[in-house]
Amino acid sequence: MSCCKTDRLEKYNIVSNDQYIIALAGNPNVGKSTLFNALTGMHQHTGNWPGKTVSQAHGSFDYNNRSYTIVDLPGTYSLLSNSADEEVARDFICFGEPDLTLVVVDATSLERNLNLALQVLEMTDRVIVCVNLMDEAERKRIDIDLKQLSKLLGVPAVGMSARSNRGTEKLKTTIEDVLEGKIICNPVRQPYSEEIERAIAEIEPEVKHLLQGSTINSRWVSLRLIDDDETILKSIEKYLMEIQENHKMGVNEPCPKSAILG
Amino acid sequence: MDHKEMISLYDLPIGAEGRVVSLEVSGVMRRRLLDLGLVPNSLIKAVRRSPAGDPTAYRVRGTTIGLRMEEASKILINRL
Repeated sequence: MSCCKTDRLEKYNIVSNDQYIIALAGNPNVGKSTLFNALTGMHQHTGNWPGKTVSQAHGSFDYNNRSYTIVDLPGTYSLLSNSADEEVARDFICFGEPDLTLVVVDATSLERNLNLALQVLEMTDRVIVCVNLMDEAERKRIDIDLKQLSKLLGVPAVGMSARSNRGTEKLKTTIEDVLEGKIICNPVRQPYSEEIERAIAEIEPEVKHLLQGSTINSRWVSLRLIDDDETILKSIEKYLMEIQENHKMGVNEPCPKSAILG
Repeated sequence: MDHKEMISLYDLPIGAEGRVVSLEVSGVMRRRLLDLGLVPNSLIKAVRRSPAGDPTAYRVRGTTIGLRMEEASKILINRL
């Protein structure tokens, strides 16, 4: 597990002494903030309009003597279209190096929601898909095979109705199991055309070298470079500079456990 | 059964349906359209057109989206 979260999170204006950092992503209007409140017992404002979660709100909760900080990201349909909201979400999932990412999806329109879920699975390994609004889906006679969904995606899928607190216990246990290594995530990775795969193979070793010592996924970064995504270049540059500075100051040395736990 | 006539999405009459064949755009706009669910073989229906003739509302994958002529004319579909 990576160390010195405090330094890493400072640039996101997050102060946390908790053991684990969890990112909360999802399409707009799928009940992310409701789930956030259900987990933390906080009363962050929830409302039905787009862009409500402007920057990340964060809160914490304890479960079985472990402490968790949960970061509520802006709702987005994608992490690649380069709107301000999407960049915030993307940069946190990628460079904030959360220990786990929860992707909240709407059970009543899974097809649309899985676009974002697949993008997140392409970026990071430790993901749990929270299939929210199960009560709504039942009312619409939509039956979701969570076992099969989990099998197809290669990560746990937990059914919930955050509004009525249904499924939050199960989610907390699943979070614990993933973080303690009792559940191993093995997310599906999209294979691309031969041409693209060849390009990835060509640049990935170089990218891997540059990202040494981080948990950032070199295949994903390679794909963005092939995509000619300029915003990701800027974010990577910023990230690498920070790593270098930390190296100089010796911050990258492993922290003593007491420093993390406060 | 699907391959009737290939037209641009903008030429799809209101009320008619088609399947996406390809997007003749690149970069951010292409990404945006893909994220909206306009991937090859998606079913799409023209719902209504604004009084001025632009933009047009389309139904795709359970959601209604509005597209300008500029974008719609670059999306190729098979009319059903």
